[in-house]
Amino acid sequence: MSTTPKSPEGAKPRIAVAMSGGVDSSVCAALLVKQGYDVVGLTMQLYDHGAATAKGKTCCAGQDIHDAKRVANKVGIPHYVLDYEKRFEKDVIIPFAESYRRGETPVPCILCNQTVKFRDLIEAAKDFGAEALATGHYIRREEVDGNVSLHRAVDQSKDQSYFLFATTSEQLAYLRFPLGEVSKPETRSLAQKFDLDIAGKADSQDICFVPKGSYTKVIEKFHTGEKNKGRFVHVDGHDMGEHEGIEHYTVGQRRGLGLGGEAEPLYVVEIRPTDNVVVVGPKANLAKHEINVRDVNWLGGGRFIPDGETRIEARVRNTHEPVPALISQGARTNQARVFFEEALFGVSPGQACVFYSGEQVLGGGWIMPGGVNTNVPHNKRNAEASAAKAL
Amino acid sequence: MATTKKRIYLDYNATTPLFPKVATVLSQAFGSLGNASSIHKEGRSVRGAIEDARESVSKLIGVPASTIIFSSGGTEANTTVVRGLINSGAVNDIFCSAIEHPSVRDHVNPERHIPVDNRGRIDLQQLHDVLRGKKAPFLMCVMLANNETGVLQPIRDVSTLVHEFGGLVLCDCVQGPGKTDLDFTSLGADFLTFSAHKIGGPQGVGCFVMNSEADLEPLLIGGGQENKRRSGTENAPGIIGFGAAARITAETSNVEKISGLRDQLEAALLRAKSDAIIFGREVDRISNTTNVAIPGVSSERQLIKLDLAGFAVSAGSACSSGKISSSHVLLAMGVSEEIAGSAIRISIGRETSWPDLEKFVEIWATL
Repeated sequence: MSTTPKSPEGAKPRIAVAMSGGVDSSVCAALLVKQGYDVVGLTMQLYDHGAATAKGKTCCAGQDIHDAKRVANKVGIPHYVLDYEKRFEKDVIIPFAESYRRGETPVPCILCNQTVKFRDLIEAAKDFGAEALATGHYIRREEVDGNVSLHRAVDQSKDQSYFLFATTSEQLAYLRFPLGEVSKPETRSLAQKFDLDIAGKADSQDICFVPKGSYTKVIEKFHTGEKNKGRFVHVDGHDMGEHEGIEHYTVGQRRGLGLGGEAEPLYVVEIRPTDNVVVVGPKANLAKHEINVRDVNWLGGGRFIPDGETRIEARVRNTHEPVPALISQGARTNQARVFFEEALFGVSPGQACVFYSGEQVLGGGWIMPGGVNTNVPHNKRNAEASAAKAL
Repeated sequence: MATTKKRIYLDYNATTPLFPKVATVLSQAFGSLGNASSIHKEGRSVRGAIEDARESVSKLIGVPASTIIFSSGGTEANTTVVRGLINSGAVNDIFCSAIEHPSVRDHVNPERHIPVDNRGRIDLQQLHDVLRGKKAPFLMCVMLANNETGVLQPIRDVSTLVHEFGGLVLCDCVQGPGKTDLDFTSLGADFLTFSAHKIGGPQGVGCFVMNSEADLEPLLIGGGQENKRRSGTENAPGIIGFGAAARITAETSNVEKISGLRDQLEAALLRAKSDAIIFGREVDRISNTTNVAIPGVSSERQLIKLDLAGFAVSAGSACSSGKISSSHVLLAMGVSEEIAGSAIRISIGRETSWPDLEKFVEIWATL
């Protein structure tokens, strides 16, 4: 990573702000201006808005860039649009499509933070002479004696720590999150106080590049050819008919399967890309006590997860609350095992498992397929297995 | 990176600073009452001022005042000629050079874009081959000077060739006045288009010149202003300002001084970075334009860093979003996508000084 620039002596320190055109990043920019920084607004152009919404004649940028420009103008800062369309497609959209084709349920916002936002945008901000990059995320960053740690936002309902687990310590050193201590209603009232046009703008929902929530269209765009139809199979082994292609399903899904006539409601409990099978079963089959996660980013101090078992809280979906868990090093480098005392339902491969200790974010990883649904920690299971072998 | 307090404007091809005298004329014009179509004294007074302006513009261009039709700018002028000739049936096909401004190029089927050579000039042999056997009458559009590279096009040769095949010629002269001593009447083109804000006049006004009797259907229908070619109450202050800017431009030619500065700038750029590439340098260009690439450094980065350091330049064609696309002009010249994506345009003008350019080169060298 390139070195962090130092602003010239006597000049105001320069700070770049990632501006999406929404309320949060707009207020973030206005706050930094008020605090006396030399603020530079940066907006990433990630995809062709006109094409995504099938309004071919509209501008590639859409309303959000327009809004970001208006805010930048209002608060009196330079504003630039960076064309990241190609890398966003390569680093976010295509992996998103491929993840679904592998039977996973991806979280593209995390991939985006990992790649275009905290790799490329940080690099650009440094190139433009900024000492730091600020974003409008609801998350807290604490710095004590040069050690930077990440903590859940004061406004728990807006906390974005789930989407930021992959932020590396090096990136954190350069990042600032001015809204971590602020509640969303406070942000809105600040927007009004700063007289920003977007003060009343609705929060963004869903995935930015997926028009009207139809993610399967995005996947189809990158995989031409026949539909990937396959079979529904019940956990008890009997065939339940044809499905539309594994990318249409997510583990834990109940609605829209088109499978009726069973005594108990059926859920997707497993997606098997190898033989193109969607396994369905009653809710009990969704229970998971242990999962494996890959590409772990550890922010809990030290180089990696401590040896042995560490008591943490873990969160397997953004909409879930963290629950008590034990974590230990996994079978391979950068992998971890996470054991839950109480079974979790709807744990889906491709989602993130984020680790906490109270308010502090300890990192996280990507949930791998498989897992265990018995309530025995793996070390005990291993011990029992070895004991059984010995007999 | 050092920051300069004073902004240094090097984007004259995008727009030029208003002549101070034009600003005075404009504010007077905004203060005077009257619709030029009215028969009363107030109306007559505005009519008189508009016709004086037409006279001034006609002198700058060297055509009879009666052939000038005022419009809202270069884009409207180009669109009126292209669509007007098609809509009236005066032409049955349109061709253009591959490096035209979008206000021309986007009217023309890509198969009818005539290539340019690697120095940025239209390929006359290709033009000949394409036009041969085409059913007349058709329209061929070619710009006097390219806005991105400044390369002058062989308009006289194009006109001769096109006329031989029975076609009409539209020449977009927006980047011409004040930047070349060429005589516009000698171009042989049937239609010429101009814009006021490229010569120190106000934005939002321009004109086209009709050297042809061809039937041209107006885009705007209504009160029949501008000889029924462009209805709608005239933008009187804009037209009067255009006239004033044309007068000053005609009286104060500084083509040689500017081209001298440009040459000095280019020599300094090449001294500072031996791998820099300047496009169109081998052929005739207007006096003020330098298009230069730093291989490996994106245009976007260059523009932003220069802006933060106090310099206004441009690159490729910026979408209204501010996203920069690679220059279609450089691509048409056979420049690779990568190199085209690392080029910027420096266009200087009457307020540019050598010390300004020296400061520019100093910062540019650090990119």
